[in-house]
Amino acid sequence: MSPGWQRKDLLSLRELSVDEIRKVLSTAKVFKAILGRPIKKVPSLQGRTVVNLFIEPSTRTRISFELAAVRLSADVVSLDKESSSIRKGESLQDTAKNLEALQAGTIVIRHRSAGAAHFLAQRLKASVINAGDGAHEHPTQGLLDVFTIQERLGKIEGVRVLIVGDIIHSRVARSNLWALTKLGAKVKMVGPSTLLPKEFAELGVEVSYDLDGALEEADVINLLRIQHERQVHSRVPSIGEYAALFGLNLERFRRCKPGVLLMHPGPINRGVEIASELADGPQSLILDQVTNGLAVRMAVLYLVSGGRGIGGDS
Amino acid sequence: MRDIFLQGGLVVDPATKREAKGDLLLRDGKVAEGKPAKDALVLRVDGLVVTPGLIDPHVHLREPGQSAKETIASGTAAAVAGGFTSVIAMPNTSPVADGPNTIAWMRQRAKETGVANVFPTGTISVGQKGEQLAPIGSLRQAGVVAITDDGHCVQNAELMRRALEYAHMFDLPVLDHCEDTSLSAGGVMNEGKWSRILGLPAWPAIAEEVIVARNVLLAEMTGARVVCQHMSSAGSIRILREARARGVPIEGEASPHHLSLTDELLEGYDTSFKMNPPLRTRADVEEVKRGVADGTIRFLATDHAPHCVYEKEVEFDEAPFGVVGLETALGIYLTELVHSGLLSLREMVVKMSSFPSDYFGLGRGTLATGAVGDVTVIDLERKWIVRKAEFASRGRNTPFEGRELRGRAVLTIVDGEIRHDLDGRAGLS
Repeated sequence: MSPGWQRKDLLSLRELSVDEIRKVLSTAKVFKAILGRPIKKVPSLQGRTVVNLFIEPSTRTRISFELAAVRLSADVVSLDKESSSIRKGESLQDTAKNLEALQAGTIVIRHRSAGAAHFLAQRLKASVINAGDGAHEHPTQGLLDVFTIQERLGKIEGVRVLIVGDIIHSRVARSNLWALTKLGAKVKMVGPSTLLPKEFAELGVEVSYDLDGALEEADVINLLRIQHERQVHSRVPSIGEYAALFGLNLERFRRCKPGVLLMHPGPINRGVEIASELADGPQSLILDQVTNGLAVRMAVLYLVSGGRGIGGDS
Repeated sequence: MRDIFLQGGLVVDPATKREAKGDLLLRDGKVAEGKPAKDALVLRVDGLVVTPGLIDPHVHLREPGQSAKETIASGTAAAVAGGFTSVIAMPNTSPVADGPNTIAWMRQRAKETGVANVFPTGTISVGQKGEQLAPIGSLRQAGVVAITDDGHCVQNAELMRRALEYAHMFDLPVLDHCEDTSLSAGGVMNEGKWSRILGLPAWPAIAEEVIVARNVLLAEMTGARVVCQHMSSAGSIRILREARARGVPIEGEASPHHLSLTDELLEGYDTSFKMNPPLRTRADVEEVKRGVADGTIRFLATDHAPHCVYEKEVEFDEAPFGVVGLETALGIYLTELVHSGLLSLREMVVKMSSFPSDYFGLGRGTLATGAVGDVTVIDLERKWIVRKAEFASRGRNTPFEGRELRGRAVLTIVDGEIRHDLDGRAGLS
C-alpha cells in the first residue's frame, strides 16, 4: 500500500479522513503533471484489470475512468446494463462474482441504487471504486471539485462555496459537502425547500432558500443539474420557475464577487441552472473540472491498487 | 396422553390473578387440578416462570405459495422455539387469502403440519388491491380472526370506512398497515438525517401518522375495532394515546425492532435492517416504549417476515421489506421492557397472551383450570447470543444477529404436548 492510503476501496468521502483526501489530491497533482507531458502514459497498473461496470448510463465519468485506467497502462473492460447479463435478470452479486472470477483487480461501479458500491466492496476481494451510487455519493466528483478549487485558489480552508440546486437527489452535493467541510471550506447550500431538506443543516453546512442573498459572499458557486429523470415534478412547479428563482443568470452574476468561480458537474441544462454565456465564460471552471477529473481518477485507481513508484510519492 | 406436571415454577397467569410459586398440572391437553398420575412427566422448573402460552398477533407464514421463504411447519417451529404457542397469520400469501377456500386450505395444512396454533386472517380487499371489499362474511365463516391488507394499506378512505362498517357487523377486528403510499412514495428508510446521508429514498413518519389519524376517525365513527400494526413513530403513539383516552376502539401494535433499533444502523446498507415501516430515530424508539409502558400499545407482535437469503442479498432499495422475529421477540421484549423496568412481568404476559386471546377470541391466554394446555416456561435470566444459523425458521433475515439477549423460552407446550424443550428437560430432544 502507498503510504497514507490503506483502503481497498473508495466508497464515500464521508468515511475519508482529511489526510486521505489530501493524499488523493497530492497524488492527482503528480498525475496532472504527467498528463501535461508529450507521453502521457505511465506503467503503474500494467497487468492489472480494471472493469468499468456502468449499470446506470454515464458519458463523462465513464470515459474519464476508462481513459484514466488506460493512462495507467491497465487492461480496461467496460460494460453497461444493456450489453450485460444484468438485462437478463442476473443479480449484481452474481455479475460481480463473475468479474472477480475473471480476476478483475478493480471494479468501478456506477449504479442507480445508493449503497451499490458498498454492496460490492463487502463481498469482493477486488478493489471497488464508487463512480456514483443513486443519490448517495460520487466521491471522485467531490475530489475533482476540491482539486479544481485548490488549484485555482491555492487553498480550500475558509473558501466560501455555494452549492445551488437539486440537493436532495444529488450525490455530487453530498460528496462535495464532505470533502469541502473536512478541508475547512464554508459551505452554503441553496435551493428550493422541496429539493433541499432542512436536515442538511445537521451535516455541517448552512441551508438557505435565498440565492440572491447568498451571491455576494461566495468565492465559488457550484451549480447542480436539475435532474429531470429523478422526477422533480411534485417538488418544483416548472423548470421556468426554477430558473427564475435559482438559475445563475447574467443579472445575478453581476452581483457576485468579481473573481467568483463557476462550477458545474455536467451535463448542463443551459439557461436553467446557468446562463449559457457564463458556462462558456472566463470564470467558468467547467472544462477544468473535466480535465482534473482524469488526474483525480488516475490517482484513485493508483491508490486503491496499492500503487507505488510515481515521482513524488515517497 | 401422559400428565405433565410443572413443579416449582413462578406461575404468572394474569387472567386468574395468579402470580406465585406453585405447580401446574396438564391432563388430556388441558390445565387440571389435583395430583399428577403415577406415570406423569414431572418437570422441575424452579427459578423459571410459567405463563399461559404466548400469542403473536402478526406473523407471515408464507404458505401457500412462498414456501422457499417459510412454511407453516417451519414458521410454527420457529414460533414454539421462541415461546409462542399461537400465531395469527397474515393473508399476503400466494394466492392471497381473500376467500374462504384459501383459509380452509391453510387451516387444514396447519392441522397437518403445524406445531403451534395457527389463526388465519383474511384480506380487507380482493387481492389486497384496495379496490373492492373481500368476501368478509365468508372469510369470517371460514374462521378468520381478523381482516387485514397488511403490507398494502387501503389507500381509499371510503373503502376503509365501508370495510370497518362491514366488519363491525361481525365484531371482526380490522388490522391496518398504516402507510399513505403517496407520502411514502417508494421510500425504503426513515426520512431524516440518515436518509440524507445515505441518499436512500425516504419513507417519512408522517406517511404512517396520516393513516393512524384516519383510522382513529374511522374507528370512532363506525365503532369498529381497529389495530394499527407495527407502530414506528412517536407521532403515531401520540395520536393513539389521545384517541384511546377518548375511548375510541383503536389499538396499537409494537414490534421488537421498532422499540430497540434506529435508522443509523443502515449505515452499511445491510438489508437485514430493511423492514416496513422502517427503523426510525431514538426519539421514536423511546416513544414507542413509553406507549407500551403506559398502555397506549397493548399488542407486542413480531411482524415475523421471512425471506430467502438470495432475495435479501441485493441492492438495498431492491431488497424486500421484512425481518424475522419469532425466535428473538421474547428475548428483546424481556431485555428492552421488563429487565429495563418499563413493564412488569405480569404486564408483559397480559400483552403477549391474555389480551390478544381475549381481543381476537382465541379462547386461550390463561392457566385457569380447564383452559387449553398452552404453556410457556421462561428463563428470565438466561443470557444468550442470537445466531441466525440456529433458527428453526427458514428465514435468516434478522437485525439482531450477534446480539446478547436476557431471557428465553425454555419449554413450550401446545395443547398439552411439549413442542420446544431447549434444555432437554423432558428428555424428548
